[in-house]
Amino acid sequence: MTVELGHYALILALALAFVQMTVPLWGSLARDPALMRVGRMAAWASFGFVTFSYAALTMAYVNSDFSVLNVVMNSHSAKPLIYKISGVWSNHEGSMMLWVLILVLFAALVAWRGGGMPERLLASVLSVQGAIAFAFILFVVVTSNPFERVFPIPVEGQGLNPVLQDPGLAIHPPLLYLGYVGFSIAYSFAVGALIHGRIDAVFARFVRPWTLLAWLFLTLGISMGSYWAYYELGWGGWWFWDPVENASLMPWLMGTALVHCTVVMEKRDALKVWTILLAILTFSLSLLGAFIVRSGVLTSVHSFASDPTRGVFILGILTFFVGGGLALFAWRAPMLRQGGLFAAVSREGALIVNNLFLAATCAAVLIGTLYPLALEAISGAAISVGAPFFNATAVPLVVMLLAFLPIGQTLAWKRGNLLGAAQRMMVALGISILVSLVMLSMVHGGPVAAPLGVGLGAWLILGSVSEIMSRSWRRGATLRIFVARAFGLPRAAWGAALAHAGIGVTVIGIAATGWGVENLGVLKPGERIEIGAYSLVLDKSFVRNGQGFREDVARFSVMENGGFAGAVETGKRVHAGRYMPTTEAGILTLGLGQVYASVNDFHADGSVSLKAYWKPLVLLIWLGSLLMAAGGGLALIDRRSRIGIVVRSKAAALLAGRPA
Amino acid sequence: MAMTRKQRRLVTIGLAGIVLAIAATLILTAAKDKIVFFYGPTELKTMAASPGQRLRIGGLIEAGSLVKSDDLRVAFRVTDGTTVLAVAYRGLLPDLFREGQGVVAEGVLESDGTFRADSVLAKHDENYMPKEVAEALRKQGVWKGQKNGATP
Repeated sequence: MTVELGHYALILALALAFVQMTVPLWGSLARDPALMRVGRMAAWASFGFVTFSYAALTMAYVNSDFSVLNVVMNSHSAKPLIYKISGVWSNHEGSMMLWVLILVLFAALVAWRGGGMPERLLASVLSVQGAIAFAFILFVVVTSNPFERVFPIPVEGQGLNPVLQDPGLAIHPPLLYLGYVGFSIAYSFAVGALIHGRIDAVFARFVRPWTLLAWLFLTLGISMGSYWAYYELGWGGWWFWDPVENASLMPWLMGTALVHCTVVMEKRDALKVWTILLAILTFSLSLLGAFIVRSGVLTSVHSFASDPTRGVFILGILTFFVGGGLALFAWRAPMLRQGGLFAAVSREGALIVNNLFLAATCAAVLIGTLYPLALEAISGAAISVGAPFFNATAVPLVVMLLAFLPIGQTLAWKRGNLLGAAQRMMVALGISILVSLVMLSMVHGGPVAAPLGVGLGAWLILGSVSEIMSRSWRRGATLRIFVARAFGLPRAAWGAALAHAGIGVTVIGIAATGWGVENLGVLKPGERIEIGAYSLVLDKSFVRNGQGFREDVARFSVMENGGFAGAVETGKRVHAGRYMPTTEAGILTLGLGQVYASVNDFHADGSVSLKAYWKPLVLLIWLGSLLMAAGGGLALIDRRSRIGIVVRSKAAALLAGRPA
Repeated sequence: MAMTRKQRRLVTIGLAGIVLAIAATLILTAAKDKIVFFYGPTELKTMAASPGQRLRIGGLIEAGSLVKSDDLRVAFRVTDGTTVLAVAYRGLLPDLFREGQGVVAEGVLESDGTFRADSVLAKHDENYMPKEVAEALRKQGVWKGQKNGATP
């Protein structure tokens, strides 16, 4: 019964989304406040109904209701509760429900926080958001109904793919979707503003927090997905340039550009047309990602069971929103008022360079991802575009951008002083070059790129430190004043410095992979395998039974200079009802580096074959991304980012001045 | 020196042009050198692969062809039903590597006609047939599955 109610609530939400799409837009064009107000109510109501519907599906999972096909296919009564709840989004239908839930959640948040927004802008933003929600709810209802019943009712479910029975599943998809779907708000704002033909700094002030929020979640989502793949897949890598990874990287690159250029628009009322275009493109790339994952046109580790009708449906949604957004842009953008002036050497100019490089990187990733598809369609030749291509295109572009970043970061708005900026950054640059040189001379072996990469990372971190220091330090000031000034800087300044330093940390982590050591071998108990300064000694191999699986385990002692540094266990698991074993990598964290062992075969004579890695500083890759997200968070709680604060205080002043 | 709006715009366009030119150069160079073509055994035999050129090959692992030796050296044969290709590899095989299953390998073709692979790929799905393999087998009339490859 609950299941039918859930299905019914989803259909009601579809109807509400239609109301939300049409009525407020009509109201805003006709300047009818009553009609415009419908938008907020519809957004709240459809959020309520989708939440109910989603909860009903989750209840079916928790109660192991095997009369629901989706539960049968993806769950098992013996599964731990956490995987029953996260199992909801482990499959196509359920993950679309999560997507829709987040979509209406954002609409409801905009409706809630948008009280201070110009009424007509709010109405049209909610309208566009309603249109997106309508399209995706329709997609779920028509092609991917998770509430479908099955008869006769099976006694037991088929279980969840063992790779997905992991905390990673509970964390990675929701964060990623919050990012992907969060960019829909930027899109709705852009389209809403185009409909009205009015775009100014106030617009940027409202769109910026949402963009930052989406960017923050996408950063975390990608980073957590990368760590999950690293420890779960047992390949020892953390980024594979897989089409689906690229699908998340592209909106991230564009979103990063968008976050930066909304600052220009807000502070200087410039780059308006470009900001609008970026907002449309960023969400378009999110939709493209959804299409790539759901349609099965590109094979990847994420391949959902694909169904041609779904691919065509999403292609329809993609075409409508991308084509519609761009057509509206082409029609309305020329009517926008030109923005403020600035010199080429200025913060604005630097941010243009940032945007150009990010857009070029994104284009390189896009071409590399879609080229195999295009070539196969044209000539029938099958090609693979992998790491070598992206390392030769996207990586140099990003390196150029990052090399320039600390200088751009310190340029003043409107008219910057390149010489002054260079002087402020002199110490940071000097130390970074010194770090590179010392490393080049001290570390033997490994690629030359590694010390250079560490130098680049140091440049980014020290550049951020210098930026904060040069903004707080004045000649002759005491330490106390210096500290007070530093803490008095806007949170956004700290956020930018932290995020940029975070990139530096990640860059150092990536550069250090150049010093990684890997080795493979066949070991009998008591034998050892060397990886750099460490060696792994096989203690024993044994069999153990876990919850729903049986595992062959190899236990190793990690030795460092003859001393015991820790133990790692790596194994092969066979889950109940599955034939294929999964590899469980063994990881031992030593400082910021990790020993990573991945067993391949257990032989009859008690020996095991394995691949072992020493990965120095590898944790920095993810720690850096956490810093980036934290920086985004700081910028988000900056006073000037708070949604509606200016408008509200203005309104308050107005009220105070004219008592009713 | 104050620039006019027009001059500023020219600077911006010039900058954009430079970045675009860098990106285009990188992409075009990489598109020539860094892209790996995929061939089935029959296609590989009929074309003249230049020695040392990186390739991807794929097909079904011939039943009874897998030979493993102690030092993690592996030899197996890949077939598309018409032609058989010998593959040599040193390293660990993926979990889903089984005789009779589809496989994709990347490496170079030796002068003696053996394919020396440095990576052997398999995806994490029991029912998964690599798309290229399905296509190569379809060309030889062996594979009857859907053209799309990723069978649900």
